[in-house]
Amino acid sequence: MELLELTAVQLSEKIKRGETTAVLATKAVLAQIEKTESVYHCYVTVDQEGALKKAEEVQQRIQAGELTGPLAGVPVAVKDNLCTRDLLTTCSSRILENFIPTFSAEAVENLEKAGAVIIGKTNMDEFAMGSTTETSAYGVTRNPRNTEHVPGGSSGGSAAAVAGQECFMALGSDTGGSIRQPASFCGVVGMKPTYGTISRYGLIAYGSSLDQIGPLTKDVRDCATLLEVMASYDPKDSTSVDRRGDIAKKSGYDFTSALVDDVKGMKIGIPRDYFGEGLDGKVREAVLQAADVLREKGAILEEFDLSLVDYAIPAYYTIAAAEASSNLERFDGIKYGYRTAEYDGLHNMYKKTRSEGFGPEVKRRIMLGSFVLSSGYYDAYYLKALRVKALIKKAFDEAFAKYDVILGPAAPTTAPRLGQSLADPIKMYLGDIYTVSVNLAGLPGICLPCGTDSEGLPIGLQLIGDCFSEKKLIQTAYAYERESPYGTKYHI
Amino acid sequence: MANIISDETIEYVGILSKLELSGEQKEQAKKDMGLMLDYIDQLSELDTTGVEPMSHIFPIHNVFRQDTVTNGDDQENILRNAPEERDGSFIVPKTVD
Repeated sequence: MELLELTAVQLSEKIKRGETTAVLATKAVLAQIEKTESVYHCYVTVDQEGALKKAEEVQQRIQAGELTGPLAGVPVAVKDNLCTRDLLTTCSSRILENFIPTFSAEAVENLEKAGAVIIGKTNMDEFAMGSTTETSAYGVTRNPRNTEHVPGGSSGGSAAAVAGQECFMALGSDTGGSIRQPASFCGVVGMKPTYGTISRYGLIAYGSSLDQIGPLTKDVRDCATLLEVMASYDPKDSTSVDRRGDIAKKSGYDFTSALVDDVKGMKIGIPRDYFGEGLDGKVREAVLQAADVLREKGAILEEFDLSLVDYAIPAYYTIAAAEASSNLERFDGIKYGYRTAEYDGLHNMYKKTRSEGFGPEVKRRIMLGSFVLSSGYYDAYYLKALRVKALIKKAFDEAFAKYDVILGPAAPTTAPRLGQSLADPIKMYLGDIYTVSVNLAGLPGICLPCGTDSEGLPIGLQLIGDCFSEKKLIQTAYAYERESPYGTKYHI
Repeated sequence: MANIISDETIEYVGILSKLELSGEQKEQAKKDMGLMLDYIDQLSELDTTGVEPMSHIFPIHNVFRQDTVTNGDDQENILRNAPEERDGSFIVPKTVD
């Protein structure tokens, strides 16, 4: 079997058995990038020299028996909103066109300690604001399954790099569906863990109360393994939750222990509200077929009304824009990044720098956020959205009193054609209908391939769990994948 | 469109956002924000009387630590990112006469 077709875990096993090396794997990925990157454009930065050097070092440490973990020697792609020491980190924005971090994100540190090799930084929607990777200041990424279509977003470069074999696994971030939706569009596995599970230290913030880092991988085993390697309690992130403690119901970090092919008695709820108007017929069919597979394997499935689904998007965009307007204040042309060439005094410099440095979608959200936080509107918009968030969380709490897992689509359609989404922002936002409420309620969600449409574009199945119940999601996803023609074999 | 954004409002939002908009951009921003607020207004259909605003889903507390330096002196690398620097300092536009 060709090297690039292996999953991350399979590759690392082969390296540890001496059948291949981290250097050969890195070279294979770089050769693939050389071959397809001019079409796909998954990366903002490819660190050829650094990756090869790191691969050699990792290979020596594997041979010396120092690195024995399940991802040792595996080439990984990192979304460009995660800080990487000495490696350009742009957030796909002009305003960070020359930013070289002096530290790495905690998730990246954890990955490097485990012996993964960073290939480069993947393209994304500017500051993770978008659903197509078309708002990047560095050009669009194409979907490797059909290059006339978008890869989804905002982690579109990461999902496309996994689908296009330009890496073995990738890191993304998910504020309103930015891992699960591109996973759905590119036919890969993507997971957003429970809020607080992976440290946000070094993740350039968009909506801090919603942002989570997560894996994009070829199969469920890789997904659980990468999550296990990245997740940790980190005092540097004040919202990091110690999963060994009571708040997290002592759920722990042993995600791979849930790779068990058994869903007998698993109670799965199917929200009727996720199958209403706007859902593509082919997507509905594929997702319900996946539900049938789980039923045949012994899961107990039941339809129910989740409620409030239509209110999740307006609540989400109010909260996310408010937090973005505050978080993006730091880009002022003083300490790092772009500064306008000519200006008249401090305030004019701020304004010109930001106006030239940010793209239209980022400006739109900063302005909306500033407005909903301004005096006179704060209660009516921002606090109202936070109250609706509380209601949405309550609706999920009631659902999880009855069900272990909620099953539905990740997106209402398959990947749209390039150039069709940005003209109508609200229509684009509506595409997030099945993903944003998961972020509002802090829940874990996984997306994995469950079909293709008539054009061969992938369809994703989304499984949602209660806070800290990642293991139930992994177990359900793994059991489905074993029976599915769209599992690991799909990539080979 | 139910929400009409006035010139004064968009001017004020520009100040809050520290963004400079051309005439054409202002008109577009007024339209975009009006449509978005119309959409967000759906939330007013929900009765939220007595519901506490939820900013975080878990109890969040400040994390305190001893004020001891744990990272090395990285001044040179940090300043390398600055658009303008001199003698170990960031150069900023003159702010006081």
